[in-house]
Amino acid sequence: MSEKVKLTRSKGFFDTFERRPGPIKKNMSYCPGCGHGVLHKLIAEAISDFGIKDRTVFISPVGCSVFAYYYFDCFGVQVPHGRSASVATGLIRANPESIVIGYQGDGDLAAIGFNNFIQAANRGENYCVFFVNNVIYGMTGGQMAPTSLIGQKTTTSPYGRSELNEGYPLRVCEMVAGLEAPVYVERVALSTTKNIIKARQAVRKALQNSIDKKGFSLVELLSGCPVNLKFDAGQMNDFIDNEMSSYFPLGVFKDESAKRAPKIRPEPIFDAEKVREAMYAPKIGEGVAADYRCTSEIFERELRIKIAGFGGQGVLSLGLIIAAMGKQRNFNVSWLPSYGPEMRGGTANCALIVNRNTIGSPIVDSNCDLLIILNKPSLEKYLPELSPNGVLLYDSSTIENMPKVADGQSVFELKASDIAEEFGNLKCANTVILGALTAILKEKFLNKVDSADIDGLVADALTECFRGKTKIVNLNMETYKIGQNQMTEQIKADK
Amino acid sequence: MEYSNKLLLKGNEAVVYGAILAGCDCYFGYPITPASEIAQASAEYFPKLNRTFIQAECETGAINMVMGAAAAGRRALTASSGLGISLKQEAVSYLATMELPCVIVDIMRGGPGLGNIAPEQSDYNQVVKGGGHGGYKVIVLAPSSAQEMCDFAALAFDLADKYRTPVYILTDGVIGQMLESVTLPEPLPRRESPEWALDFKINPRTNYLTSIYLGNDELEELNIKLNARYREIQKNEQRAEEYMLDDAEIVVAGFGICGRIIRTAIEQLRKEGIKAGMIRPITLFPFPRDVFQRVTPQVSEFVCVEMNNGQMIDDIRLNIECAKPVTLINRMGGNMPTVEDIVKYCRKATGKGDK
Repeated sequence: MSEKVKLTRSKGFFDTFERRPGPIKKNMSYCPGCGHGVLHKLIAEAISDFGIKDRTVFISPVGCSVFAYYYFDCFGVQVPHGRSASVATGLIRANPESIVIGYQGDGDLAAIGFNNFIQAANRGENYCVFFVNNVIYGMTGGQMAPTSLIGQKTTTSPYGRSELNEGYPLRVCEMVAGLEAPVYVERVALSTTKNIIKARQAVRKALQNSIDKKGFSLVELLSGCPVNLKFDAGQMNDFIDNEMSSYFPLGVFKDESAKRAPKIRPEPIFDAEKVREAMYAPKIGEGVAADYRCTSEIFERELRIKIAGFGGQGVLSLGLIIAAMGKQRNFNVSWLPSYGPEMRGGTANCALIVNRNTIGSPIVDSNCDLLIILNKPSLEKYLPELSPNGVLLYDSSTIENMPKVADGQSVFELKASDIAEEFGNLKCANTVILGALTAILKEKFLNKVDSADIDGLVADALTECFRGKTKIVNLNMETYKIGQNQMTEQIKADK
Repeated sequence: MEYSNKLLLKGNEAVVYGAILAGCDCYFGYPITPASEIAQASAEYFPKLNRTFIQAECETGAINMVMGAAAAGRRALTASSGLGISLKQEAVSYLATMELPCVIVDIMRGGPGLGNIAPEQSDYNQVVKGGGHGGYKVIVLAPSSAQEMCDFAALAFDLADKYRTPVYILTDGVIGQMLESVTLPEPLPRRESPEWALDFKINPRTNYLTSIYLGNDELEELNIKLNARYREIQKNEQRAEEYMLDDAEIVVAGFGICGRIIRTAIEQLRKEGIKAGMIRPITLFPFPRDVFQRVTPQVSEFVCVEMNNGQMIDDIRLNIECAKPVTLINRMGGNMPTVEDIVKYCRKATGKGDK
């Protein structure tokens, strides 16, 4: 007894299209003579033969093949118009073991999505693109495509495509082949049996490259759209093989499949200890216990600080160092820089708040307790913000005349830039000022306990801010000490 | 080696730390001021852990890469500002429809147009109201400190997974650029791919994701389903910081940096004997309706402080059903409302305090 042979679809397709809503579960939605059906079959057959159905993701574009995910027995995702290459990038980077198929029409790939496509090709993303070029927009009703031929009449080029108005049809394979990264680029045609056999081989080669992790492969398929191009089946094939193929020559534009080594991406790290090692900060110095509190009276309330000067004077990093000092003694700190062109161009400033309790507004535009000024324009701008009992510390190498302040406000000055220059590094002017500041704090504001370890605290803060670069830390500690000594002497002389 | 989990971080850096510690796999983004530190910190730390960082060719590219990674079942992050977010909105509509969890950070700058790079809060409407096409919504978290930037990354991913939705972290350039001390949480392991993911290790080849529903009834059904979820989110996920509300007669509301400015103003007003309180919405969708409705009977007036042309104020009015007057104190273009502005207005409105 002879067995009945049951003719079925390629195993890469579903037997019935359960993903398709409505009563029609057996038929595809393509028009007679359309190239999509043929190409679908070539791909379906390949993913089945290669045994990759379980891990294949088929990306359906916007266009006639928007419903391709109805038919393929693999993962499917339908994406925004033109964005196939970006979604493919996300898919393959997130899961390098999957096989990703980008399937795009000429409008989707060569018009609205061209940048995303060419960039993914240029990155050499490990996936394959099947580019259906039928020189027309199908789904929207026969409008001009970026690949429409010169003279071709469409609903949006009713007088024929003119190079004057629309430019020339885009030759995608030729452009992609000019890039370094792509491994394989070929143009084939879905016309005669002979051409379809070549297309079958191209589809398989591209998929094999993806399986072998060799990178980006592109197969462009010249394809028919008899309904919109208004041809019958015979005329359609003639048009593909003569008109289309003469502007879009068939052939291999690039093939490095044999010599490329697979691109293997390292396994992402989620091990807690390794993540801590990468993200946490190395512990600096002795530190203090979590419940340690500085006991000097000035810390009983919020301290509002502003630092201003020319960009490049280290204004922002001085703020960071002070912030790090505060953080290391368990204060809440906020550091708010001026940013953008103002910073790049000329003046820079930062607002700093040190508070044992929750910090509200981080903005210092009035009631400033400590104003550190490194250039003249900033002095004029910010002196009015100093609180009635505030402290002004300024660089007297850049500001000649002693500014007038109100009774109750105090002023300290040091030739910080001159000192730093003499020392041999103008960049250290900010730590000279920092030294001066600690001298003022020690002499005027801190009790013995808080004064005692201030140099160690500064060293720890510098280590944190300069990420443990010992040479820079030591250099700045030297200028810090010079600033501190000079200011201490000045204060003692004033007494 | 001994580590410290207490760091000084800019808000923009803190959100990256938070995301990586929350098990985020991938970052895709395009540089834009004042959000660029997010891309820079991501470029430093994701590759350090063999995770994915790509500087995308454009904003649309970045958000669609997020779509791919999210579809593959991974935690993915992107960030931008104002105009960059406008470019991403089409894909956000798709993500919402395909029910793909992901996190998008918007560090708001001055608009409209190219505007400037100073801080504003003028993306409120385009983000909170679901700025892309169609009737979708997304959860929006509004941090107001570097610590919250860090903590909300994990919260955003959790909410995204729980409700299968994109989640925004929306804040202004000040919170992005400001550096504060941050206590980092413990690292989380990679989260298992959800059962709907296109991940063959979970569920070989059966899943698919789409946002096209040609039948009118099918699409209506999808909309009904999504809107039922939005109601659930509205019910379960309202969050706000309340400050001095118990006996408050005037309540000042603001999010992001405005919340910080308001807090200082309230402290000052209280010293003057004025019964002022603050609501700082932490979720902008869902809007923290319950707390506003709770205090509505006791207050004479609400004040809304925003760095835009008055956007959140509409939500306050709607949610209190216009039961009490709501006054706007706002600045635009990168200027900021001051503590003084708020204090002065509240003195006048209550007829009390130092003149």
